[in-house]
Amino acid sequence: MGHIYTPGLKVTEYTHIKKSRILPLKGNVVVEVGQKVRPDDVVARTELPGSVDQISVSNLLGCDPDDLPIFMRVETGESVEAGTVIAQNNGFLGTGIFRTSVKMPFEGSVESVSTVTGNVLLRAKPIPVEITAYIEGEVTEIIPDEGVIVEADASFIQGIFGVGGERFGEIVIASEDRLKDLEEDLIHDSHRGKILVCGRRVTAGAFRKAMDNGVKAIVAGGIDDRDLRDFLGYDIGVAITGSENIETTLIITEGFGEIPMAQGTFNLLKKYKGRSASVNGATQIRAGVIRPEIVIAQPEPPEGFTEPVKSKLGLNLGSVVRVIRYPYFGQLGEVVALPPELQVLESESKARVLKVRFEDGSEAMVPRANVEMIEG
Amino acid sequence: MDKKPEDIKVILATDCGSTTTKAILIKYHEGEYRLVVRGEAPTTVEAPFEDVTMGVLNAVSEVTELAGRELIDKEGRIIRPTENDKGCDIYISTSSAGGGLQMMVAGVVRSMTAKSAEHAALGAGAIVMDVIASNDKRLPYQQIERIRQLRPDMILLSGGIDGGTIKHVAELAELISAADPKPRLGIGYHLPVIFAGNKEARGEVKDIIEDKVDLRIVENIRPVLEEENLKPAREMIHNLFMEHVMAQAPGYKKLMGWTDAPIMPTPGAVGAIMKRVADEENIQVLGVDIGGATTDVFSVFNNPSYDPTKAEHETENPKTIFNRTVSANLGMSYSISNVFKEAGIKNIVRWIPFDMDEVVLRNQVKNKMIRPTTIPQAIETLIFEQAVAREALRLALIQHCNFATTLKGVQKQRTISETFEQVGSDTIVDLMGLDIVIGSGGVLSHAPRRNQAAMLLLDAFQPYGITRLAVDSIFMMPQLGVLSTIHPKAATEVFRKDCLIHLGTAVCPFGNSKTGTKVGKYRIETEDGDIHTGELLYGFMEKFDLPVGKTAKLRFEPARGFDIGRGSGKTLETVVHGGVVGLILDGRGRPLVIPEDNTERVQSLVRWLLALDVYPEEALKINR
Repeated sequence: MGHIYTPGLKVTEYTHIKKSRILPLKGNVVVEVGQKVRPDDVVARTELPGSVDQISVSNLLGCDPDDLPIFMRVETGESVEAGTVIAQNNGFLGTGIFRTSVKMPFEGSVESVSTVTGNVLLRAKPIPVEITAYIEGEVTEIIPDEGVIVEADASFIQGIFGVGGERFGEIVIASEDRLKDLEEDLIHDSHRGKILVCGRRVTAGAFRKAMDNGVKAIVAGGIDDRDLRDFLGYDIGVAITGSENIETTLIITEGFGEIPMAQGTFNLLKKYKGRSASVNGATQIRAGVIRPEIVIAQPEPPEGFTEPVKSKLGLNLGSVVRVIRYPYFGQLGEVVALPPELQVLESESKARVLKVRFEDGSEAMVPRANVEMIEG
Repeated sequence: MDKKPEDIKVILATDCGSTTTKAILIKYHEGEYRLVVRGEAPTTVEAPFEDVTMGVLNAVSEVTELAGRELIDKEGRIIRPTENDKGCDIYISTSSAGGGLQMMVAGVVRSMTAKSAEHAALGAGAIVMDVIASNDKRLPYQQIERIRQLRPDMILLSGGIDGGTIKHVAELAELISAADPKPRLGIGYHLPVIFAGNKEARGEVKDIIEDKVDLRIVENIRPVLEEENLKPAREMIHNLFMEHVMAQAPGYKKLMGWTDAPIMPTPGAVGAIMKRVADEENIQVLGVDIGGATTDVFSVFNNPSYDPTKAEHETENPKTIFNRTVSANLGMSYSISNVFKEAGIKNIVRWIPFDMDEVVLRNQVKNKMIRPTTIPQAIETLIFEQAVAREALRLALIQHCNFATTLKGVQKQRTISETFEQVGSDTIVDLMGLDIVIGSGGVLSHAPRRNQAAMLLLDAFQPYGITRLAVDSIFMMPQLGVLSTIHPKAATEVFRKDCLIHLGTAVCPFGNSKTGTKVGKYRIETEDGDIHTGELLYGFMEKFDLPVGKTAKLRFEPARGFDIGRGSGKTLETVVHGGVVGLILDGRGRPLVIPEDNTERVQSLVRWLLALDVYPEEALKINR
């Protein structure tokens, strides 16, 4: 293969982003092209079909499935209140005494009546669903009956892993010291509704206190997996997250453990403290990778912003990388050599490697698979 | 394909995996088919490429460069047929890209028709997302919610033997109808549903769901309790896989136009080659492919109900039974954290010959999960990953044993002795009768030392008796599987000569005792006339060099209480095959017991690892 492409996480001060805001089922789009939207504005609505239940009515009435239509008191498709009699037999010897009735257990409708099985399918009333714009921007496209595309110029930061869904709030820096963990004492009542940023690791206690205090989201360098498990109450087995039932979204930017946020990421978040941001902890590490993200709308290019020079695709001499595996996990450095031939590692595996010079001046050989580029 | 097998001299085959597309080139040379080269490139199903053929062409380009043979023309098409030193005679492919084939199955009784449906789906290479059964203890609304949520590629509905229940089958159809399921890919078409149940319920099933789904009806999967008739359902699954699933995936329409045989789902192809080899050589095989996200286990074992007095028949009297299971969330990268969760920290740590702090260990696991493409640089990281692999393999085998059982619902006459033996498990996985274990997947195929792969297979599967061990070095079983459907000779020749790396033979007596006591006496005589004799002691392992292609005569006299395959204490004389690791005498006993005491555990592990030369001595020294 001609080149090595080592993907990195995107951390950029000014870029153009597009978000598809699509309903789970067809419905109504309630905004127009060109309309400016705020993160909590509703852009589309629909109704999810209600849940379905099945009742063996012929058994309850003591009749043959074939005869069921005779005893039905409600038409198929008819909407009825909870408690309405939907079927009733003729009672003892057809005299009308000791009649057995079947009542609608919830508000909804009769979906179907089967003369084969004697079952009646009942459907509860639909559940309304709304999709918001999620980011501050402009509606640029309507997908009829399905949703919209919202576009915006924004600062965009990808994290490595997160839990919890979409949130919106003001950025607050918990401590200006990038090498400080987020402990309980750094969380105050004034943080309610805010997105709290800390440079290094967040502890389970701090996470819990943040949730109690109504913090919308925490963005941190890392977290110990044991703390995450203690907080969630279960171990995350497969990295498909975003639907956890938690009030505070968590985004970690570097990885698990005591690991400080990359300087560039921290500086960018610090620069925009006090500004509003949209965040989403949803992560999916499989085909179709989804990483958690922080979006800060920038209607104008930031002062002094210049378009970064596009580096050549892939790793080059001088590329800035982060090592993402033990024994140099988390260290940042510059690529100083890219030997083409395979080399034997301490583990005796053969791999293509690179030489990296770390920030303290020391150098090490690292497998190319174990670094990621810091993208600007 | 209209080519005669004898006209096929150059074969190009690809396997489009979820992350990598692998291409192999096979040539007929000097009277035999052999692998020439292999190339690979990233799969291009996802954005920004969204065209699987780009990855295929990249992988084939690598083959072109390595083999020095032009295979792609200027228009970017695979050159066929062969012209002098250009092109190939046939091009074939398998695929598991885009998440493979995802199915849901339904049947009346969970352990009978629903299980037969699961057999058919797994055998066809699908991932079974859920099994709905009338007796699965979920309420109808819960089953409906589940069907609605999952969005499978297709549903296989079975239920009832011919002439059996109609009502329960109709109820299942009603559940599907109420859920009104949508396919995973392609908004505009109906979800394919295959009905392979009671033939007398076909009318009812049609009435209930025909308007809502793309209904296909095939022969009953379980026409009578004593028989499974999986082939018609399996073939329909393959057809629908081509028609719907593949046709929806980006670039597949183009790829389907290129291939000379239908594209097979990768695991279905692996099963095809394993079954063929097992049947041809009359051996019992256990195969495993441990990937980043999932672990597939395949087995071909003798059918315990086979009646040798009757003619062999695929459904009525099969001699061997093929089974496949997919452990969807047991794997070494994306799913590593789930292995950790399922196995428990204690079970993983027991394989590590040094102490590791729990916080550090947990963080390492999660960091591998979020950055799945990294590789172990330090030796302790490798040891740790291989410990996790042992547990992933062990759990996958347990799932396989629970699944690969005799047909439930069949009345069996038990002998008095069977009754007293309390034969509780119905699994047909026979670890004593097993002839060969074949391992595949990065952690086994790319282990820095082959001895590590051998040790992993022994620790995880714990076979008894005499068992050969092998790895599929470059995982070309998928390509050989699809090749076996059109050119069996080429497929089996390449399988035997180029696919497997034989690790050697393991001799593992069944039984337990105290460390240092005698397990048995052995005598090994090599082809060169070298004779090794000795006593195998409990809690010890020994290794003898016996190169690939060489054999030796083995005589093993087990001590009282130990069985090597002939019964307790009974001597076995046999011929054993060599490999890159050699002949392994495993005196650790079965079931394998790891000492509870930490010091004793570490000492035992170090002793075993050194005996088999699994890791560098220095890496284990600090703990001795």
